[in-house]
Amino acid sequence: MTKPCAVATPSLLARVPGVAIVLAILFVVLGLTSPSFATPANVANILVQSTILLLLALPMTLIIMTEGLDLSMGAVLTFASIALAITVLATGSVSLALLAALVVGSGFGLLNGWLVAALDIPPFIATLGTLGIAQGLSLVATDGQSVVGIPRSIQVVYSGSMLGIPIPIVIGAVAFALLCLLLYRTRFGTYVFALGGNREALRLAGVPVRRMLIAVYALGGAMAGFAALLMTGRMSAAHPTAGLGLEFDAIAAVAVGGTSFERGDGWLIGTLLGVVTVGVLRNGLNLLALPSSVQVACIGALVIFALFVDGLRSRA
Amino acid sequence: MSTAAHGMPARLTPSRDTLQALYRLLAAGLLCVVLSFLSDAFLTPGNIINVLRQTALLFMMASGLTLVILTAGLDLSIGANIGLSACLAASVIKATGSPWLGVATGIGCGTLVGLLNGALVTTLRIPSFIATYGMMWMLTGITYYYMGGETIHGFPASFRQFGSGYFLGVPIPVYMMLLFLLIGSAFAQRTIWGQEIYAIGANPVAAQLSGVPVARRLVLVYVVSGAMAGLASLIILARINSAQGDIGEELTLPAIAAVLIGGTSLFGGSGSLSGTLIGALILTLVLNGMNLLQINAAWQPLITGTIVLLAVWIDARARRASE
Repeated sequence: MTKPCAVATPSLLARVPGVAIVLAILFVVLGLTSPSFATPANVANILVQSTILLLLALPMTLIIMTEGLDLSMGAVLTFASIALAITVLATGSVSLALLAALVVGSGFGLLNGWLVAALDIPPFIATLGTLGIAQGLSLVATDGQSVVGIPRSIQVVYSGSMLGIPIPIVIGAVAFALLCLLLYRTRFGTYVFALGGNREALRLAGVPVRRMLIAVYALGGAMAGFAALLMTGRMSAAHPTAGLGLEFDAIAAVAVGGTSFERGDGWLIGTLLGVVTVGVLRNGLNLLALPSSVQVACIGALVIFALFVDGLRSRA
Repeated sequence: MSTAAHGMPARLTPSRDTLQALYRLLAAGLLCVVLSFLSDAFLTPGNIINVLRQTALLFMMASGLTLVILTAGLDLSIGANIGLSACLAASVIKATGSPWLGVATGIGCGTLVGLLNGALVTTLRIPSFIATYGMMWMLTGITYYYMGGETIHGFPASFRQFGSGYFLGVPIPVYMMLLFLLIGSAFAQRTIWGQEIYAIGANPVAAQLSGVPVARRLVLVYVVSGAMAGLASLIILARINSAQGDIGEELTLPAIAAVLIGGTSLFGGSGSLSGTLIGALILTLVLNGMNLLQINAAWQPLITGTIVLLAVWIDARARRASE
């Protein structure tokens, strides 16, 4: 699965150590402190649980490469999950429900992109505004209650397996391969690299910069919409606050993975490792019976540490 | 923009800024008229005092943030900072029985968080929105862990005066609001340090080259923002008389909205504390009106989010027009 992405950029070797070392240290420390950590079942569990995060972190990498940010992803995923649940309960059709989630996700993605690219609103504030809108819509649509009674056909997407491999892992691998192809093998991907560092040059070269930027945010929204399917299947319900804060894990994964917030260079393998790092950290702290509040604090510290290292590297 | 770099933002373009402030006051007045027609409960003394009290609280949170945004930065950790400060202050008051130790704890905690934010932004050179965003989650985690789902309630009457007391029939926080408006405006408009803050927002490189100690002024604005969050946490605590882990949740977006409605530019260098006061009043009137018209509170984040987007859009448009 790493084949299409093994583009050996000059900085590849220089970058491997950072996130890989963090991951290795975490693995050793957690393996020593918790006997149930380094078991095949638990490792598979981590990978399955990380899929939702991966679906958010991959497009987040592209967005951050354009010197942007999407704070609305968690709230959009939540609202998409509610749209999915309401649709499947009303029509009984899984494909219609998935369509509803994708429409909600891409709709918000397009809105984000339009606010950022056409109205020149700084990304972090534009997506903070749409975060509020998506969260409000979730609360209004459900009156603060969970939507329950999700059919088995949706639960199976998260809990089932294909040829002995859990379906979420298959989905994650496919998404990773597709995003790698998109970023490293298409003209669009090349433009994404340039959108961060050389936007003006791109504009002068006649590239429709605004449309490119809108497409990047729309991709993020669409993938959040798709992740809503896994989320709903995992919880067997749609809850109006379920996905809030997931964008923070995604940003953490991207930051830990070594994508720069300022230089427009991104790295999908790094993001993949970052996602696993966040997953391992959460899983390990869970096994040590530490509450999710400690996990959140640790990930916050991890992000600041990663940005600190990034800052050192950019000055070096 | 260039006007601010010269150190006299208000005086060189008085007509536009005054006009903008007048428009906003007019909007607030219009809201009042509409609301008094829509709801009989709006123009009652009880509700007016309620609006003033809410405006005061929102202004306190937004005042330090205004300085941060004047430097083209952002502080997303305000709500989480309020949560941690309130919970620590509450447990100190409970443990010692001394309101003053509680006040010191709340403001101290807020200030310390502000100092950390300032260090992340200046020493580690992390972009402010991402540094304070990471800080927000870290503080949230710490607060929830510290509280462990518990609630601390029942504080001494002397402490509760702070948030729910009256002087001459007006809530105490309203006096605090006026005090901080005066001090803050004088600081921003009439001191060198205040002018340097405008200059940093307008053009950080130019400010650095003209000898402004950029890093120290940036640390200062984050410290002030943190301290004001600590102070606001005490007012909330004294008002609702109980502390829970989620006490500061959903306070950041309204604070940002108040600053932006008040005409302070997200791109830095222009805006004022008096604008933020009008912004806080407008947002409070909108939310109060929704409340009186019995619109579901679930609509609040949606409305606040939309208002933020509108305010920034107007700002971005005005900025492009002036260029």
